[in-house]
Amino acid sequence: MTSAAGSAPWDLFGYFADHREQVLELLWSHTWLSVLPVVVGLLVALPIGWLARRYRWAYPPIVSVTGLLYTIPSLALFVIMPTLLGTQILDPLNVVAALTVYTVALLVRVVADGLAAVPEDVLQAATAMGLTRLQLLRMVQLPLAVPVIAAGLRVATVANVSLVAIAATIGIPQLGQLFITGFQLSVSGPYYPPIVLGIVLCVALALLLDRLIVLSARLLTPWQRVVTAR
Amino acid sequence: MIRFDAVSKEYPGGTVAVDELSLTAPSGTITVLVGPSGCGKTTSLRMVNRMIEPTSGTITIDDRDITSVSATELRRGIGYVIQHAGLFPHRTVVDNVATVPMLTGTGRRQARSRAVELLERVGLPAAFADRYPAQLSGGQQQRVGVARALAADPPVMLMDEPFSAVDPVVRDQLQQEFLRLQQELGKTIVFVTHDIDEAIRLGDTIAVLAVGGRLAQVATPAALLATPADPFVAGFVGRDRGYRALAFMSAEVALAAEPAVALGSPLARARDVAVDDWVLVVDENDRPQGWLHLPAHPAGGPGPAPGEVGPALLNLGGTLAPVGGTLREALDAALSSPSGRGIVVDDAGRLVGSVSAATVLDHVHDTAADTPARGGA
Repeated sequence: MTSAAGSAPWDLFGYFADHREQVLELLWSHTWLSVLPVVVGLLVALPIGWLARRYRWAYPPIVSVTGLLYTIPSLALFVIMPTLLGTQILDPLNVVAALTVYTVALLVRVVADGLAAVPEDVLQAATAMGLTRLQLLRMVQLPLAVPVIAAGLRVATVANVSLVAIAATIGIPQLGQLFITGFQLSVSGPYYPPIVLGIVLCVALALLLDRLIVLSARLLTPWQRVVTAR
Repeated sequence: MIRFDAVSKEYPGGTVAVDELSLTAPSGTITVLVGPSGCGKTTSLRMVNRMIEPTSGTITIDDRDITSVSATELRRGIGYVIQHAGLFPHRTVVDNVATVPMLTGTGRRQARSRAVELLERVGLPAAFADRYPAQLSGGQQQRVGVARALAADPPVMLMDEPFSAVDPVVRDQLQQEFLRLQQELGKTIVFVTHDIDEAIRLGDTIAVLAVGGRLAQVATPAALLATPADPFVAGFVGRDRGYRALAFMSAEVALAAEPAVALGSPLARARDVAVDDWVLVVDENDRPQGWLHLPAHPAGGPGPAPGEVGPALLNLGGTLAPVGGTLREALDAALSSPSGRGIVVDDAGRLVGSVSAATVLDHVHDTAADTPARGGA
């Protein structure tokens, strides 16, 4: 390991070259720890959001209760999870489950509002054409909600990338580990490279995932790009 | 045939939208439900495809109770067109039209090729097939809406103010083409509108509904105009119903010969043939172009040939009435003509003769004397 003294705070390339394998491994686990909860969270939020849209009376309670989940401090959630799930304290599943909760908190309202954004006359025409409720959802409501849901997914994904880092404090390895390493190496004077590298990789990961969502949404919504007549 | 039998719709809280409606919409014809806002016309329409369930009463289509099949199955056999078309914004025009056939198991290729045929049938070029609804004008979207409703070739069509949201010129065109299409297809159509003019133009039968969902009168357009059943209907049908009724009488009036000069003729010739200082000007194919008022142009007009009858001199007032048209068209031609002589043309637009308002009114008088206007209500 490079000695702490004499290292420029921005020498993250040097640090990366020296710890290449370890950093890449952290980056990889950071990636799936951020993405998996978004996928699971979306799958959970879809039916809940649909219910909130389907039954008007259910919207306020569902949206406020799920929204409240976001106020639970993440560290607390990471610590409680083993008790709730019966998992080991170091099981990455705890992180996945906790972040899924946050994703659901963010996405239920988004899904409900996205489904509600389908124009009334389109719904009416679709129903009158004899689409079943499931066909209506699959063929009309979901495709039309893609832009709104994608916007929500972007927020949830970026938030997760930053939230995952906190899990380093309970010992789950990911990029947050670099902050702890930097902190530990700074006892006899500041040593920034791992910290800066961690920040840079987190931001890069967030940007990349964000672009991926934007791109997929664009591929799924060709009709949004047409030049409108009139 | 669609039959409403004592159908009522009452909402929780006691609002009666439709009150004991009994009505028959004969097969192969257009039945228009017309009335002011809150008369239950849209509610009545939506009960036919079970978008709304009646509180009491039964509705049958060709003597089959509509509740004897599932709502989904029922709806797939009924075309439905609404005000803003309600096209799926995320699907291309051809996919919009092919929706129901593909739901009912028609192959994708077959459904799409039939969809393209239908587009042409409603007056849209095949090039529109791959566009998205947002790329179409309101009138074009409405045509797609009609094509989509026709896609599964349903015997029954429900239309809820389909032409209300487009401008008057486009509306006129859509109504005209709709009538032409119906002549070819002979669907059983229930058509909702708040516009009495549209009702009279399109309906074979008109059902006037009053606020509170009460059926005020069912009649043919001519009978409705001639003998409104009560003050509400009379008021709703409107003040110029006498004039409108002329649209249901054919103009079998004697035509006067109308002398005309061709564009480019010498003014002197126009002076020779003019009657009461007005002379009709036609093009080389005998199609009327406008009127020339000789005192207004004693020395001809500006332009390269001042001594000739040029387009700049013409008064363009005056509508043209077709041969075999209605009294309303003939009278309108006479009243709008600056010379007081209404011009009648044949199918190719060529001059046939002229008719005066007095002639038309005499004819109306004679007709009224022959057949006392007491149409069945």
